[in-house]
Amino acid sequence: MTLAMPKPKDDVLAKRDTIVAELRAMVPGEGVLSAEDALKPFETDGLTAYRQIPLVVVLPETVEQVSRVLRYCHANGIRVVPRGSGTSLSGGALPLADAVLLVMSKFNKVLDIDFENRAAVVQPGVTNLGVSNAVVHRGFYYAPDPSSQIACSIGGNVAENAGGVHCLKYGLTANNVLGVEMVLVTGEVIRLGGKHLDSEAYDLLGLMTGSEGLLGVVTEVTVRILRTPETARAILVGFPSSEDAGQCVADIIAAGIIPGGMEMMDKPAINAAEDFVQVGYPRDAEALLIVEIDGPRREVELLLEQVEEMARANKAETIRVSKDDAERQAFWAGRKAAFPAVGRITPDYYCMDGTIPRKEMPKVLARIRELSDTYGLRVANVFHAGDGNLHPLILYDANEPHQLEKAEAFGADILRLCVEVGGVLTGEHGVGVEKRDLMPTMFSKDDLAQQERVKCAFDPDHLLNPGKMFPELHRCAELGRMHVHKGQLPFPDLPRF
Amino acid sequence: MAVLRPDSAEAVLEVVAWAAGEEKPLEVYGHRSKRGIGRPLQAEYELDLSRLRGVTLYEPEELVLTAKAGTPISEIESLLVAHNQMLAFEPMDFGPLNGAARGRGTIGGMLGANSSGPRRIKAGAARDHILGVHAVSGRGESFKSGGRVVKNVTGYDLSKALAGSWGTLAVVTEMTVKVLPRPKSETTLVVADLADPQAVSVLCQAMGTPWEVSGAAHLPEDVVGEVPDAAFASGSKAATLIRLEGIAQSVDYRAEKLTAQIGRVGQVTVLERDASVAVWRAVRDGEPFGATGDPVWRVSVVPNTGPAVIAAMNERRAFRHYYDWSGGLLWIDVEDGGADGLARELRVAIAAAGGGHATLMRGSPALRAAVAPFEPQPEALAALSQRLKAQFDPNNILNPGRLLAGA
Repeated sequence: MTLAMPKPKDDVLAKRDTIVAELRAMVPGEGVLSAEDALKPFETDGLTAYRQIPLVVVLPETVEQVSRVLRYCHANGIRVVPRGSGTSLSGGALPLADAVLLVMSKFNKVLDIDFENRAAVVQPGVTNLGVSNAVVHRGFYYAPDPSSQIACSIGGNVAENAGGVHCLKYGLTANNVLGVEMVLVTGEVIRLGGKHLDSEAYDLLGLMTGSEGLLGVVTEVTVRILRTPETARAILVGFPSSEDAGQCVADIIAAGIIPGGMEMMDKPAINAAEDFVQVGYPRDAEALLIVEIDGPRREVELLLEQVEEMARANKAETIRVSKDDAERQAFWAGRKAAFPAVGRITPDYYCMDGTIPRKEMPKVLARIRELSDTYGLRVANVFHAGDGNLHPLILYDANEPHQLEKAEAFGADILRLCVEVGGVLTGEHGVGVEKRDLMPTMFSKDDLAQQERVKCAFDPDHLLNPGKMFPELHRCAELGRMHVHKGQLPFPDLPRF
Repeated sequence: MAVLRPDSAEAVLEVVAWAAGEEKPLEVYGHRSKRGIGRPLQAEYELDLSRLRGVTLYEPEELVLTAKAGTPISEIESLLVAHNQMLAFEPMDFGPLNGAARGRGTIGGMLGANSSGPRRIKAGAARDHILGVHAVSGRGESFKSGGRVVKNVTGYDLSKALAGSWGTLAVVTEMTVKVLPRPKSETTLVVADLADPQAVSVLCQAMGTPWEVSGAAHLPEDVVGEVPDAAFASGSKAATLIRLEGIAQSVDYRAEKLTAQIGRVGQVTVLERDASVAVWRAVRDGEPFGATGDPVWRVSVVPNTGPAVIAAMNERRAFRHYYDWSGGLLWIDVEDGGADGLARELRVAIAAAGGGHATLMRGSPALRAAVAPFEPQPEALAALSQRLKAQFDPNNILNPGRLLAGA
């Protein structure tokens, strides 16, 4: 695996023992790990193709400790890679040989639950599901639900702007976070937002969400909690073609219905899931659609009838409507287990995450099938159909020579295709190291330079998580230079008054 | 004073690049409907974007719309209505507060102000619906961010940074927004004669039900007369308003459920569609204070602390107020607030109640120069904001000083 990461700083590597000792003074007890066997579990995240033992692992317990560690690293030019639960699928928490890995897992407390203001204040190491679990006794929940929700942390969700199956109706993390407390690379502690709405001056909270650990370290998160809908029911539909399924999705949206979830799977994914969980998915369908309608009971009944009619109008071969919650959850069981299910039929798989305008789906699927033949690798497709977010799973065997390289090349072709039809490289998994070098397919040099300048406002020395998101690291002084064209006011014929 | 009116993104780029090179400050605007907000500007050149207009892409079934920055919001809303869709964040119309006609304002200005209305509590603000932008930075370079799909985490979300930046970071030339289905029906439940704390408690309670409340406001007795439909329903007593939207059968079902829950605190009256629309438009636009000419503050606080902020200031100065956002948004009309228009007292009260921010939505140029029209920030945060500004606009040519003091 070749991936160019920033060259380790020799001076930092040389004084590792001193750095470890000084960090121990800041984070006492078990908070600093330096023995090789202790570092080993942290060498990778959810993108396991890439591995690197970090310089040292630090597990702070207080905001003061985070602040001191960052101030120290900043003063000494030491790089820092923040990490939550390490479930990133794009290598966002991949360590660097010369960087402190700052692991936030000890920040695991729910600090305040405020039902009257529909907000919860939690530490960043609390898991996504942990937030919902903390409020479920009063009938509330936290809406974003990435598949890794039992493990992934809220801090990581903020860093990656995590999504899930409920995004179309309830938004991504960015739409459900009200505020954060964070530590800048200088060690300064700032607050953005709170239980009130909107930010003062620039929307730094909006910038932080999805910044992949390059701008600061989040130490507290205030999220919106919502009352659980009165009811939720799902309809499971098998179609003879993905075009029919895609048309059904378009018809649902055009009718003004925004389902709580709307997921599609293709035949290989359907069969892998059915082999794994046996919930009665139609094995001969070319495309399976699961539509969940949630809300007030009366509304859900009416909308389900409409969706069922639309499914019939689009040549549905099998239709099942959930009669109770157990059946609804059975419909979802296969979809939720799709990744591990595919994992059972192949030694390795590579999960992609592009988003496309929905109308382009038949074209993109056809092209993926062609690429699959060209590369000689199978693909199973799972989508968030409502918002056009595709998760093609490329099946390969890392023990076979060149298969990983082939899978990566295939994946890159899929992402280029997504951009070509008007879509984007990543819908919810983040850029990380995985899609870093593809950024120029979507952004021009000037586009990227302006993003890098945001980085310069927060971290001008590139100490926080370098090597992620941007294909090249430019010095901030270089980015700041103005190319000035002095002269006459242009467009002399512009109307002016 | 010269006004520059480019009609293409290329021409905007030329103008801004020239201004950046010559270090000539530009006052950037679309329709000038929000010109009375922020510190007064003194720029030699004005950049008027109203000729940069037109919807360039609208795909209702994909829920996206792209338009040039100078496109009137009214034009976009008419187009959306024709397809049973809407801008779900309910952008405010600044006309009534300015004593001007409704219907002015461009989508560029809507983004610059991060506009939103009563539905903010359910659907978010402009920031939550912006999918992508094309813009020209104060460096005189064009860039894009985001895209045209509803789910995207590729790179930093610069579109959000531009939302609420009041034209001080970059000149947006084109933007793509997420649009949503328009509710087929709406109704408003009105509870009469509640005191502020009781009213906000009822609103918070309603927000915590599964009945999908899309508006939660309270008009005290000395304000309700300015909103005739609300006053009619409440017998001219204070009116606590709860809006429900959606398909008719669902609205009826939820109205029944909610009435059963809140009916204990007071008599519930129902406003039908037209009256409901009129009432929420008034609440959205600060209309009750449209005619006074007094300074007006718009204050975002933690919802259940709204009454405490008001109580902390009561009886010291003459002012009137009403609540939106379940108590979390205060509209305050200051009849007699002394030289600073109540700024200091208000901000002390906000801090004591748990935090938030106050924006001066209307005030004389003298008042806007004397007090901070936007909430001042703590030192480290203010420094970071200044650094961000410098990364977009190093020569400080875009609306200089309007949002941040000195920048």
